[in-house]
Amino acid sequence: MTSLSVQSIFQRLSRYGRTLVIAVPLWWLIVFFLIPFGVVAKISFAEAVIARPPYSPLLEWMEDGGVAIKLFFENYVRLIEESLYIKAYWSSIKVAFVSTLISLLVAYPMAYYIARTNERRRNVLLMLIILPFWTSFLLRVYAWIGILKTNGVVNHILMSLGITSEPLVMMQTNFAVYVGIVYTYLPFMVLPLFTNLVKLDNSLLEASADLGANPVTTFFRVTLPLSVPGIIAGSMLVFIPVVGEFVIPALLGGPDTLMIGKVLWNEFFYNRDWPAASAVAIVMLILLVVPIMLLRNAQSASSEASS
Amino acid sequence: MKKTSWFVAIATTLGFAFLYIPIISLIIYSFNKSKLVTVWGGFSVKWYGKLFSDPQILGAAWISLKIAFMSASLALVLGTLASFVLVRFRRFIGKNLLGGMITAPLVMPDVIIGLSLLLLFVAMEATLGWPAGRGLTTIIIAHTTFCMAYVAVVVQSRLVDMDESLEEAALDLGARPVRVFMDVTLPAISPALVSGWLLSFTLSLDDLVIASFVSGPGASTLPMVIFSKVRLGVSPDINALATIIIVLVAIGVIIASTQMKPKKSS
Repeated sequence: MTSLSVQSIFQRLSRYGRTLVIAVPLWWLIVFFLIPFGVVAKISFAEAVIARPPYSPLLEWMEDGGVAIKLFFENYVRLIEESLYIKAYWSSIKVAFVSTLISLLVAYPMAYYIARTNERRRNVLLMLIILPFWTSFLLRVYAWIGILKTNGVVNHILMSLGITSEPLVMMQTNFAVYVGIVYTYLPFMVLPLFTNLVKLDNSLLEASADLGANPVTTFFRVTLPLSVPGIIAGSMLVFIPVVGEFVIPALLGGPDTLMIGKVLWNEFFYNRDWPAASAVAIVMLILLVVPIMLLRNAQSASSEASS
Repeated sequence: MKKTSWFVAIATTLGFAFLYIPIISLIIYSFNKSKLVTVWGGFSVKWYGKLFSDPQILGAAWISLKIAFMSASLALVLGTLASFVLVRFRRFIGKNLLGGMITAPLVMPDVIIGLSLLLLFVAMEATLGWPAGRGLTTIIIAHTTFCMAYVAVVVQSRLVDMDESLEEAALDLGARPVRVFMDVTLPAISPALVSGWLLSFTLSLDDLVIASFVSGPGASTLPMVIFSKVRLGVSPDINALATIIIVLVAIGVIIASTQMKPKKSS
């Protein structure tokens, strides 16, 4: 009840002050986050022209005073007709899916260990998980170039140990892209899993053991099902941004690494085709609606569980 | 404490090794005399010297620091307001909208945020005449928008955990709501404010994609300069830059965590 009464007292803020406090962040986000999507949608129906800005107006004033709306669907037709785009969308989703799965497999034992260890060690390990997140993402991706390239650290070690005689080609391959993505997004997977696993009730595990289940059975029948909200939250935090990832495929991938974030970048910066880039962005947004809804549900479920 | 199996312990160790080997290799090779990654040419700090005599990098670093300072401060104010409104106000028109918009930038791909803001700025310039051209201002607006989402996440969880009876007592004693917010709420959530600001500062300092879209001539940020350099391959002066950043961040995080612990227990 205390929360209700504090809330009702804060309601007593003068109506003017209250409106102002709400309006400032709300309008900032409407203007600089919501409306831009509308602008992108609008320009995705424009035609690319050589001008400043490089797209045709949608509304044209006619000589008789009327307004003509010119919608140009060609950008979307191209997305379907040119196999490059469909391939890029498909391979982005594939890369995002596979790297989410790998991150989950790597992160789960780490999150489990951190959740089960004593409090002092837990705080240190959590700090070690968060620390890379604070250092430059770009520089950490760059570090992999030195490790994976033909005369890099890994090949040097492999060859001096006599495991391979020829250097392995790892840079500019999809392998390097996967390594970079899993490496970059691992903390995003570990943290929600940890938040979930740390709340796991020990008595459930003991009950399962008392009833004769071995640890593996207990894991698959008790721990894993209970951690589903954490798995969903972590997976979506990795999957959604990876679909549109640009930096990692640009630095570690090769010319045949096709990802939609890179396609959008090239349309915009090299072809200067703003309407095509907008259409690419709109389709990407539509693809991401379901994962974003999943994430929001998982987050509200976990905040309800904790309150 | 519960015992965990050997498998879990080994997997965890390997996971941490995976996280830290690239960082450690960056630091080691920043002191390498040789330009080649694999050849150890002896200890040297010459790349640091080269870094500090490169006007392009120094200029970009200064621009990035200015942008990061401005964006983090703006994002702190806006993000704190948003989370206060979401946690403490019961119901208002647009609450769901605000809640959705404040979390969406966390996962939205950078290319979409960058492109959409650029198109907005271009359309605004055509119709309103502001912002005239693109540069520092547009980058600061863009960074503020996605950083306030991170501030909101940090501050919201602190507000939810906070003991509301303090605010209630102050209100009962006749303090005005604004006073209560300034004198009770803000000090109680100050650790979250500090980490929200620092997080925004580092995120802004680190952003390549959004800044590339909304930047204009003469406003190249540090990540933009780094990206154009490393695209051509490994350059050891970037290793030196990375080492400086890593050391500064590590010191900051360690100080922050020792500063925050006594407050928690009391």
